[in-house]
Amino acid sequence: MSTSAAASPPVLEVENLSISYHDGIAHHRAVHDVSFRIEPGEVVALVGESGSGKTTTAQSIIGLLQANGRIDGGSIKLNGTDIARWSDRQLDVVRGAKISLVPQDPASSLNPVKTIGAQVSEILRIHGAASGHALEAQVISLLERVGLSEPALRVRQYPHELSGGMRQRVLIAIAVALKPQLIIADEPTSALDVTVQRRILDLIDELRTEFGTSVLLVTHDLGVAADRADRLVVLQGGRVQELGATKIVLAAPRSAYTRQLIADAPSFSAVARKTPATAREKAAPSDNDVVIVDGLVQDFVRPDGDGKPFRAVDGLSFRVRRGTTHAIVGESGSGKTTSIRAIVGFQKPTAGRIEIDGTDLSQLRGETLRQFRRKIQLVYQNPYGSLDPRQTVFDIVAEPLLNFGRLARPAREAKARAILSRVGLPEAALSRRPHALSGGQRQRVAIARALVLDPDVVVLDEAVSALDVTVQARILDLLDELQHDLGLTYLFVSHDLAVVRQISDTVSVLKDGRLVDGGAVEDVFERPGSDYTRELINAIPGQNRAALV
Amino acid sequence: MTTFDTIHDDVIASGRGQRTGRRLSLPLLMRRLPPGLVLSWLVLGIAFLWAVAPWLFTSYNPLEGVGGEQLRRPDAGHLLGTDALGRDLYARIVYGAVHSLAGAFVAVALGLVIGIGLGVVAGSVRRRLDDAIMRLVDVLLSIPPLLLSLSVIILLGFGTVNAAIAVGLTSVAGFARLARSEVVRVRRSDYVEAAFGSGGTFSAVLWRHVLPNSLTSVLGIAALQFGSAVLQISTLGFLGYGAPPPTPEWGLLIAEGRNYISTAWWLTTAPGVVVVLVVLAANRVSQSFGKVAA
Amino acid sequence: MSGYLLNRLGQALFVLWAAFTISFVLLQAMPGDAILIKFQNPELGLNPQQIANIRASYAADSAIWVQYVQTIGRFSTGNFGYSVQAGVPVSTMLAAHLPATLKLASLGFVLAAVLAVAIAFVSSLTPFAWLRGALQSVPSLFISIPTFWLGIMLIQIFSFRLKLVPVINPGPWQELILPVVTLAVPISAPLAQVLVRNIDDVLTRPFVAVARAKGATRHWVLWRHVAKNALLPTLTIAGVLFGELIAGAVVTETVFGLNGIGGLTERAVGSQDAAVLQAIVVLSALAFVVINLIVDLLFPVLDPRLRTKAGATA
Repeated sequence: MSTSAAASPPVLEVENLSISYHDGIAHHRAVHDVSFRIEPGEVVALVGESGSGKTTTAQSIIGLLQANGRIDGGSIKLNGTDIARWSDRQLDVVRGAKISLVPQDPASSLNPVKTIGAQVSEILRIHGAASGHALEAQVISLLERVGLSEPALRVRQYPHELSGGMRQRVLIAIAVALKPQLIIADEPTSALDVTVQRRILDLIDELRTEFGTSVLLVTHDLGVAADRADRLVVLQGGRVQELGATKIVLAAPRSAYTRQLIADAPSFSAVARKTPATAREKAAPSDNDVVIVDGLVQDFVRPDGDGKPFRAVDGLSFRVRRGTTHAIVGESGSGKTTSIRAIVGFQKPTAGRIEIDGTDLSQLRGETLRQFRRKIQLVYQNPYGSLDPRQTVFDIVAEPLLNFGRLARPAREAKARAILSRVGLPEAALSRRPHALSGGQRQRVAIARALVLDPDVVVLDEAVSALDVTVQARILDLLDELQHDLGLTYLFVSHDLAVVRQISDTVSVLKDGRLVDGGAVEDVFERPGSDYTRELINAIPGQNRAALV
Repeated sequence: MTTFDTIHDDVIASGRGQRTGRRLSLPLLMRRLPPGLVLSWLVLGIAFLWAVAPWLFTSYNPLEGVGGEQLRRPDAGHLLGTDALGRDLYARIVYGAVHSLAGAFVAVALGLVIGIGLGVVAGSVRRRLDDAIMRLVDVLLSIPPLLLSLSVIILLGFGTVNAAIAVGLTSVAGFARLARSEVVRVRRSDYVEAAFGSGGTFSAVLWRHVLPNSLTSVLGIAALQFGSAVLQISTLGFLGYGAPPPTPEWGLLIAEGRNYISTAWWLTTAPGVVVVLVVLAANRVSQSFGKVAA
Repeated sequence: MSGYLLNRLGQALFVLWAAFTISFVLLQAMPGDAILIKFQNPELGLNPQQIANIRASYAADSAIWVQYVQTIGRFSTGNFGYSVQAGVPVSTMLAAHLPATLKLASLGFVLAAVLAVAIAFVSSLTPFAWLRGALQSVPSLFISIPTFWLGIMLIQIFSFRLKLVPVINPGPWQELILPVVTLAVPISAPLAQVLVRNIDDVLTRPFVAVARAKGATRHWVLWRHVAKNALLPTLTIAGVLFGELIAGAVVTETVFGLNGIGGLTERAVGSQDAAVLQAIVVLSALAFVVINLIVDLLFPVLDPRLRTKAGATA
């Protein structure tokens, strides 16, 4: 925490900032009277869910609001000078030199047709900081500083030749190139795997200390903010809900919204968000395994056709007891999605045996496979993509019943209505189409569709990952309630260990298609059986607070 | 930007004016409709009425001239003047609408039906047939459209219907390719997989999900193709391969007016302006379909 | 890479062969027999025996598949047969008419490209919303104008009204001004539409925001980041533009009375001269195939993403 505040003016002082967007008819206010300040060398986190106005606020500071956005009032003071109404030409001098940006998505934030070297040297060239050989040397030393191996090689490479984490390092190199006073990091790691996320945040921290730069960290993840920020600004609906030193806000939140946010953040809650497995379940005999996966192997032919096939899943085995939740955990490319596609019968495994409720999947074809599908249902990650935009909610939920047309129309309707109210959707939503629903509501519809056939097993493929944390908490509550009432078995696929710890009974950890760890969730978390699992657990953000409380 | 996905998850999302059209009040709807679009519908509506009931719009005979009224400049009596035989140009344009529009309609319908048929089959079946159809489409695309329609005209002979068929065949490849790519796109979507996952049969999923979702944008393109077909048919008419004289087909009107280019400017100008307006209107309407679909 | 090249060449040859077959079926199976039309004319005073001899010399009476095989053999050696109407080899006719069309088409294409690029870039750089709106509606206007009518209107306005371009005895370049403009308009329209759409699309990508955040001006971003990303995909419509170019040439040469391939095509259709039209169709298909082949081979050179296979994993 900065104590020199009195001596030097704050790097950034935002006062009563109001921003609105024009949607073609009228202006809609997205940010209302937001005020906060950032002292030299300080990290301030703007925390909020989607629609909170955090990104809009950050964009306005660097003068890069979307074309239909405008600042209605208030001031943005950089070192005491109000830049809120500066022209592009005035701001061009400040951007990059005094304020810089680390963007959200490293995959699309670098120009695909220019080399890494050209894109890093560009910022130096624009501000006339270096030229010729000095320029080249400086670019290489910058790339080296952000931890890229073989910087001389990277200079000549194109973005697609680098991994996501490496690209984000390049973007950080660009952001720190001119040692700016303020770096705006807009969700800098939300597109990255957890272990990479941790290393990138460490790097930002390190460079900040080295250069004495202030950081405005925009994030939806309270855990990340708790770990990294000196002070928090909690936004909701474009208004500041709470503002203060991180430790104080987390220990004694004053606003109801912040309390909700803290309670719902999976990385903070020590208690499991789950009805504990009853003695009955724990004691159930092992022949009560409803999902048996044994030596699952899945090969893919490489698209370029040469070389041997790519092995996405290599010898995966696990069993899931009826009425429990089994989590499959891994980072991108670990083979978790491939595995569950084989388990729900969308894809024939190369080798291995999958048995669902006593049925061996490899024996199923055509109509028998279709009949089997009522036993196991899948809920997708993205509720926007998994619901047909042209159907009404009622049609979506009633369709599976139609497919197995045993019920007459009135019975079908009654069943669909019952299941919709069971997942907590209002009657009024029945005639709506998916685009008129919120993300949480859409996922409820997807869950209702999965449950309407009374399946034994529900596979949840990152089913809560795309949701805001408070919405996510409600959906997790719903899932738990449904499991308890209907005796469902869940296969829960996730990259988020904090959520997994909350809701699952058993867990399999996958890396590069292989099972590296598995067993009861408490055992795996307390006594990880592999270095990789340990690394994953350590990378869960928000542990500073966990230690603090 | 203004969608709040917060604790009040169950409050219907309000945002970005995404409500469906049905729930809009009429004044609001009027305010939201761009004037250009309204004008475009108006132009197409008038052209359509010209085609179905031309006698409502003019009392002159389009085929028989009046002696002594040759090559009159536009005035109150003859809104757009008269031609070398004393025929009222406005009447000829009104009566000509049916030839140009019906021709374009036949052309688009032909292209649409064959193209969608090929595209949907290619997009939904196994690789062999898909490959065969798409190679055929490649071949059709490799012959410049005008040359393809000229070849068809040599085969079938001159005439309105033959010109329409010739133009229609040139759009088959484009429609097929678009329909296939849309079907493939929709088939890859999660909701189609989910429909199979909930026990849908191939034909049920195709009928309930794939066709409705993939054909929306194809129909949007059909409106665009309509404008283009009007242009192509008038071009064939101008070259003399369409309707024979004295049919007042728009392209032919311009070709006939060309002989008086130095003395009677209205003979070429007026029909051309009408063609441009109709094509512009069709394109504008097609664009609005595209937005709805997206 | 060489496997890809061979595969691509094979595809091109297949398309060419199929295009030939389609044109053969369309044009040789025609009911109107060009030879009968021409030589049965009583004014020529030929007796049936002479007509039969002429027919034999054109191989008009052999089985259709024999004709097919013979024609494909001739075409592959560059012999396109005789024009029944003109009585000269088709290749001679093509050679005589090609230079005028090449000149017209190349000038028209260059003007179209200049127009399209100007429309797209000026409209995205201008600070005035009205100018932007006006410029962006130009392509949809251009695409709605019948080419033949545009030519006539240009003659009417510039030659007869303003008397800027002489109609009688124009110089070799003067003669080309109006045709080139006429041809350029319909070709510039799709090009400009694609460019405008691409530029708008690229401007919303995050790397543009990153470039602005470096302190780059709008001009800098447009030229150094947007231009190449927006121009690359326009290569894919090269084939479509070629089709437009052919259609434009036929109409423009007819309207302006130029003696090129377009005019030749128009007359060939009028007199049902199938041999000439088939040669033109097959040669256009060849040009189309070659253009697309060049584009496909050019892409990896211009786009680094297609040069190396997969991204490194780290």
